[in-house]
Formats: sequence, C-alpha cells, structure tokens
Amino acid sequence: MISILTSPDFISSAISFSVILLLGTLGELLTERAGHLNLGVEGMMLLGASFGYIAAVRSSSLVFALVAACLGSGLGALMYAFLTVSLRVNQTVTGLALTMFGAGLANSVGSKVAGTSTPPNIEAFFSFHPLEMDSPNSAFLRFINKAFLSHDVFVYFSIVLAVLLCVFLFRTQEGLALRLTGENTAAADASGIKVTRIKYLYIVIGGVLCGLGGLYLPLVQQGYWIENITAGQGWLVVALVIFVRWHPIKAIAGSFVFGALSILGSSVQLNERLSTIPFYNQYIMSMFPFFLTIVVLVITSARKGAWRGPAEIGHPYFREDR
Amino acid sequence: MFRIAKREKASITDSIRFRSLGFLAGLLLSMGFIAVLGYNPFSALVTLLIGAFGTGTGLRNTLTFAIPLATTALGLSVAFRMKYWNIGGEGQLLIGATAAMFVSLVAGENTSGWILVPMMLLFGFIGGAWYALIPGLFRVYFRTNETLFTLMMNYLAIAFVKYLYHVLWKDPLKSGFPGIRSIQEQAGLPRILGVSAGIIVPVILMIVLYVLISRTKPGYEIRVVGESEPTAHYAGMNVQKIMVGGIILSGGIVGLAGAVKLSGETLTLTESLGGGTGFTAIVIAWLANLSAPIILVVSFLFAALQQGAQIIQLRLNVPAAVAEIIKGLMLMSFLGSEFFLRYRIIFNKRDKSQSYPQILSASQSSDIETDKTPDKEVKP
Repeated sequence: MISILTSPDFISSAISFSVILLLGTLGELLTERAGHLNLGVEGMMLLGASFGYIAAVRSSSLVFALVAACLGSGLGALMYAFLTVSLRVNQTVTGLALTMFGAGLANSVGSKVAGTSTPPNIEAFFSFHPLEMDSPNSAFLRFINKAFLSHDVFVYFSIVLAVLLCVFLFRTQEGLALRLTGENTAAADASGIKVTRIKYLYIVIGGVLCGLGGLYLPLVQQGYWIENITAGQGWLVVALVIFVRWHPIKAIAGSFVFGALSILGSSVQLNERLSTIPFYNQYIMSMFPFFLTIVVLVITSARKGAWRGPAEIGHPYFREDR
Repeated sequence: MFRIAKREKASITDSIRFRSLGFLAGLLLSMGFIAVLGYNPFSALVTLLIGAFGTGTGLRNTLTFAIPLATTALGLSVAFRMKYWNIGGEGQLLIGATAAMFVSLVAGENTSGWILVPMMLLFGFIGGAWYALIPGLFRVYFRTNETLFTLMMNYLAIAFVKYLYHVLWKDPLKSGFPGIRSIQEQAGLPRILGVSAGIIVPVILMIVLYVLISRTKPGYEIRVVGESEPTAHYAGMNVQKIMVGGIILSGGIVGLAGAVKLSGETLTLTESLGGGTGFTAIVIAWLANLSAPIILVVSFLFAALQQGAQIIQLRLNVPAAVAEIIKGLMLMSFLGSEFFLRYRIIFNKRDKSQSYPQILSASQSSDIETDKTPDKEVKP
C-alpha cells in the first residue's frame, strides 16, 4: 500500500488528474465567495470540454480551443448569473438546470467529434514539460523529477493561479469587496460596492475556470471525446470547495488528495494481494472523497463558532428587502 | 431607466399568463438550439410527440418512464415543503432498490409473490427512509447543510451499488461478467395493458399526499415549518420531531420509487438504475410548484420528452441528449418567469422639462410606488 502511495508514477498521475479538480475548485470557490452556490459545475465543465475540444479538432489551434472553452462555459455561467442574480431564482434548482442543459448541449455537439483524437501539434504542446531535468544523477532527484517536475504548462499554470487567487482574495481591495459581498450583501451594497457587477463577474470567471478544467479532460487526459466525459468530477468539485474551506491555497492540497483518492482505487486493483481485501476495493475507495467531505461538513457544523462558509450562499439579494 | 419593486400577490390570470409565456419562451429557445445544432426543429418536435404519444409502444414506454419520476418527485416535494433541500433523491432511490433486491436475494426461489412483492416494497421504503434519515438527523440536531450532505450521499450510494454489482452480489453464473441475478419471476409486479402495475403507486400517493398536506394536522405542521421555523416553534410545535417525520416520509417514498422500478421495470439491480431520476425529480417537483396533482402531469410530460428523444435519435439521428437541452431550457425559462410573478419592473420616464433635482423625483416616486407590505416570502 505504502509503496503504491510513494511511487513517483502514482504521484505524477495524481497531480495531473488533480488539475481538473483544482481549476474547477478555484472557479466554484470564487462563485461561492460571491454568495452563490452553483451546482452547475458538471454542466459548465462539459460545456468547456466540448466547445474547446471541437475548436481544437477543427482548427488545430490551442488558442482557439481555450477561447471556445471559455466562451462555452462562460455563457453557461452567465445564464446562471442572470437567473440567480437578476431574476433571483433559487440557486440550487438553477444550478441543476444548468447541469442538465450543459450536459445536453455538450453531448449533442460533442457527438460530432466522437472518434477523433487530439491534433498532434496540441499534443506536442502538452508533452513539453518546462521544469523537467535531463537525466538527474541522484535517486532523490530522479524521484522529484518524475513526481513533481514532469508536468505540462497547464499544471503549473493552475498552481500559480491558485496562489494568485489567494493574494487577490485576501490582499486586495477587490478581493475584500468580493468576500464582503458573499458574507453580507446588504452591507457591501451600502458601502458602495457594486454588488451586481461583483456577482456577475465572479460567477462568470468561476464558470470559465470550470470550463478550462473540463477542457483538460478530452484534450490531454483522454485524448478523445466520449459522452459525459467528466463522469461526476463536477460534483467532486462541489465537495472539494467545502473540504478546502473556501481557501485557494488549501485547494491545491485538497485537489491533490481528492485526485489521489480517485485514482488510488484503480492503482490498488492492479496489486493482486491487496485487491482481495474489501477495504481496498476500487468501488469502496471511490467513496472516500465524498465520505471525507461529509466528515468535514459535520465537524464544522457541530463546532460552535466555526465558519460555515460565505453567509449569503443561497439567499437572493433584493435591495428593498430590509 | 427602470427599477424593480415587489409585487403584491399575483392574480391567477397573471400567474397563468407569465407561466405560459415562460413555457413558450422555453419552447422557442429549445427549437432555436435544435436549429443551431443543424437539425430541423419542426420535424424533431413532431417526431418527438408522435414517438411519445402516437404509438402504443411509445405511450407504454412514456408511462413506464413516468412511474419512478412521479413517485420520486412526490417524495421530494414533502421535504421541499419544509424547505429541507433533499437533493439526495438519486441515492435514496438506489438504496431503496438495493433493499428490495436484498429481499429478493435472501428469499428462496419458490417464495410466494404475495409475500415477496409487499416485502420488497416495504424494504424499499425503509431503505430510502433510513438513507434520508442520516443527513436528516444531522440537519435537525447539528444544522449541518443538508443540500451538500444529501448530494454527497448520492455518490456514496452509487459507489456502493457498483461494489455490490461488481463484487459482493456478483452472480457466479454469469461466468466472469459482472452483474446481479434477476429477481424471481413472481417478484415482478404484474402488468396492466403492458404497463407495470407500479403505475398505481404514484396515483395513490398523489391522493394520500394531497389529503395529508392540505387536510390533516401533520400536513399543516409540515407547511408551517416550511414557512417559518421560528413561527412553528412559538406556536408550540415540536419542530425537530416534525422535520424528522417529514424526512422519513420523503426518503421512504423515494426509496419506494426505487423498489417499484426494480420490481416493475429493470428486474435487476444495476449501477445505472437511478439514471438521473433523483435529479430530474427535483426539477419536476419545482416546476409543479410542489402540488401533488401537477407533479403527475409534469412527470408525464418529462417522461414523454425522454421517450420522444429516443425516437428522434432513432429516426432523425438527432442526439438523444437534445432532451436534456430542452429540459434545462424549459426549467430555466419557467424559473425566470417566476420573477415576473414576484416583482414588477417600473420604467421611470425621464422628463427633460423636470425642474426639480433627479434625486428628489426618485425618492418621491419610490415612496409612492413601493409596496407598503412587501411580500417577503420566497416561493419554494
């Protein structure tokens, strides 16, 4: 068991798996910091994945793919924002509607590129590992090299983004405005913050990040499109945001843990001796992330005075309500 | 430009007008999307309708799809009445089906159907109720967020059923292939005109729930708790007991839906038995405004959409996922139309000849036009 966990290959694939979760988590985290629980992550990820992948296949250009992914998921998030911010519709139901719509649209358009694979020039871009060392001479360096340094630009970009978002949230005026909006919209409004702008902006940015995470799946991880390619990872993201207590830095560690747990089952299954023990079964193991999230939920709710996340989540804001 | 004010209680004609406008908007948007995807929206719509209602097989399939949807939505509506966001319908349905499958597995090959079927349904109810009770108790006694807790419970249930399917209950006769054996022949629900007898379940439940919610004391208490927990508390109601009771009823009915689906439709437990029913049912309950009779109608329409989508995929090669687009858009435009029932938009006409400052005119007009008694409740 320990030998699996510490093998450089396992750590490496856990990291590359967790990129999708990390980007999605950062996006959903921003949305929730603005006081909106968007359960449409799965839909937005699928929108980003399908639109981006189609653009990639049709144009063989990574830039177009990224733009298309942003557009697809951003538009989905914009619909959500319009309904929940301007029309003050219930957030839970709107999120579910977005997931249905997004999955439906993504699978409809995605079926047009089923059976094609990622264009070679984009594949070449992602097989370039900027930090990888050429033939390190010590065993320790070889381990570090394989586990942490052999990743593509996207992986490092998302980690840097998490750090930047942390600085943004806790060290800038705009970040403060965002947090205040999520904690007490009326107070933010009274202090002159344009709450509608903040909410729209961060819901859409959140959606775009989810979409970029989704794009990583068909473009890099799978290399082809299949129906419902996200397979529930959007829901894992919703869980992760709670697990990391709405904090971008913790999101790096949290998504690594969830990513590792997600692939642990299939790694363990290859080991003849371990796979006979029920506890190590891949299906039982796939429960762990959700179980962990429940534990975190219960502990924070039972602890008196614990911060339970942005207070405005789920409450539509109407200025004339006093 | 314009501003928004709360509306006093909307009249029934307004309610019908805005809702039908919402429906129309959803329909137009969906057809627009189908057209953009490169298919003919009119032939798609006609084929969809014929596929769902036009043939005997189509109608039977539509009714078969409607049974679990309606039962689940009815169950969830009880929880939603209390503003308890039970979005764990998918998990409760699966655990209900698992409990029914368990009865079938432990019972002998020759057990009478008269014992087997009621036991399976009963265990389905208990299974779902128990599974809903776990997050429910945490919500009632620790105020744990039930939306997220019940959501997580869905994925635990799916993983658990996968485990049963691939490992624990794997049928040795299937020589290496994963899968659980089918239920005994006599454990299946009888068929009425080719449709599972389970169809009476949502109909009976509709009547029971309608009477329970609007005519009895427990139903009244459930509604009061949903309107305002403090009010219920000050009125001397035992809020915790009422909520636990409502959660058990809600989860139990959803579990029953799983047992009925197992016994009447799938005849074995698979990991895809839920198939998103729990999530679609949330949408149905919401669209029907939690009213039990309307839930049956909306479920039937959603089932028709599901059946029709399979036909348009078959005949016109339109991806069946189009049904999801239509569902999502319909729901969004319907939800959007609710806004116009609760608020009204007032256009401020800018008069250039105004001599007094703009500030004054704005504050005056808001004094006159803001409703004196804002209707603060947010519709469930």
